[in-house]
Amino acid sequence: MAVQVLIPTPLQKFTNDEASVALEAVSVDGLIDALDGRYPGLKARLCDEAGKLRRFLNVYVNSEDIRFLDNQATPLNDGDEVSIVPAVAGG
Amino acid sequence: MQQAHEYPTHSIGFKSKGGLPLLASDSLPGVTVTATLSRSTFSGPTFTGLRCKECGHAYEASARHVCEDVCFGPLEVVYDYEAIQQRVSRATIEAGPASIWRYRDFLPIAGDPIDVGTGFTPLLKAGNLARRLGLRSLYIKNDGVNMPTLSFKDRVVSVALTRARELGFTTVSCASTGNLANSTAAIAAHAGLDCCVFIPSDLELGKVLGTLIYNPTLMAVKGNYDQVNRLCSEVANTYGWGFVNINLRPYYSEGSKTLGYEVIEQLGWQLPDHIVAPLASGSLFTKIRKGFDEFIKVGLVDHKPVRFSGAQAEGCSPIAQAFAAGRDFITPVKPNTIAKSIAIGNPADGPYAIDIANRTGGSIAAVSDAEIIDGIKLLAETEGVFTETAGGTTIAVLKKLVEQGKINPEETTVAYITGNGLKTTEAIASSIGEPYLIEAQLDSFNAAWKRAQAKAPSPT
Repeated sequence: MAVQVLIPTPLQKFTNDEASVALEAVSVDGLIDALDGRYPGLKARLCDEAGKLRRFLNVYVNSEDIRFLDNQATPLNDGDEVSIVPAVAGG
Repeated sequence: MQQAHEYPTHSIGFKSKGGLPLLASDSLPGVTVTATLSRSTFSGPTFTGLRCKECGHAYEASARHVCEDVCFGPLEVVYDYEAIQQRVSRATIEAGPASIWRYRDFLPIAGDPIDVGTGFTPLLKAGNLARRLGLRSLYIKNDGVNMPTLSFKDRVVSVALTRARELGFTTVSCASTGNLANSTAAIAAHAGLDCCVFIPSDLELGKVLGTLIYNPTLMAVKGNYDQVNRLCSEVANTYGWGFVNINLRPYYSEGSKTLGYEVIEQLGWQLPDHIVAPLASGSLFTKIRKGFDEFIKVGLVDHKPVRFSGAQAEGCSPIAQAFAAGRDFITPVKPNTIAKSIAIGNPADGPYAIDIANRTGGSIAAVSDAEIIDGIKLLAETEGVFTETAGGTTIAVLKKLVEQGKINPEETTVAYITGNGLKTTEAIASSIGEPYLIEAQLDSFNAAWKRAQAKAPSPT
């Protein structure tokens, strides 16, 4: 199943400057592995040694924060859009 | 209290023996110079680069905000504090302009600032409110009258847009809950920068009009602030704009330190005992602390413990919830409160705010929308200060903490009021009185005055 992933600027050096890539995955965890398969080293940037997403990264599936879904076990479906966004302050 | 002041491109060519700037206080007969006149040309920048707050990895001082080589932690500006210490004294600061730029050696800019008179807002001794609450020494730091757009955001935007111009940006942008959009649009207009700003589509009319009047491109996004912020991060990936709260964030956030400096100076070069401030992303809270720490570090003020307490609205209280549960991580929430200006469900600096509250013996508490309205009214009725919902939240939490015994009546306490009530009139419109509609005739007035007296004690 094809999922579209939006890559933040700091990670585009891994993706040959592509801001958006299409991948096959059935969950967020699966997507991280698929990203690492295509762009070796990317998982180590996204996750800590235990495989948990880094504290300052937010991941959204169809604009919903995965912390409101099932975190890294959140299932993915064909056509879903996943956005990886480093945390920002504001107000 | 705002004064006009300028930074001429030329400098009067006096220099003191030690190579330090000539100051107004070093009076020469018949010669009047000001510190600002000479300092902007005598001294270079005091910042040296950026550094990850989490892992310490170093970066150059460009437009970036996350530790992209290692851990995605937030980047902070690195200063040469020895250079600052040699350059500044209480006298040099006091001789500076009545704006945040009197502290320019502590701010991350290389050249002349965009100076729209931002900062140096009143610190009001709040005797009436103190008596009402049972406190001895209470002050209101009133950024509801900050220039040019009546919120503390003018501080951070003045710094961010100065730095944006230095880094070569011609278009500036932001994700905003309202006040930041007002400030970015206004100061961009003054600086001649193109501006495109993003807000949630459900903001108060005053915040929307208070942006549109400066004629930026305004995107009202169908979603909450966290969704707006995510969209802006995606836009920032592909458009080469300076987003004040994203890729310019390390510089932007430093502007809030001036709220710490000013309180020290206005208290007669002393630290308070306790501060209460609103928590949205948590950035302001951490930067007030940093401002205090820096003045201690360079010897401008004696060290003493200061307790830090934070205020949230119950309808968006992820930091207060984590604090109450003893957690050091934030579980995001979906905001539902009238306090829209502080309705950030996924606060990036939340963990740091919790750490500061814990380390300083402070508290983080949340109040209901009804308590927020009561807080707005209480501050207005006792001190003549009309604040917006964020300020109502701060006053309501101040009251709650006093009632819970978490603020010692003897402590010198400062409550930070960050925005102006005229921007959020919807919030209080149904909770305050109505005018007596009368004819232009004495009889009509007499009758209405009787009704008014029957309702409440009359002024004499």
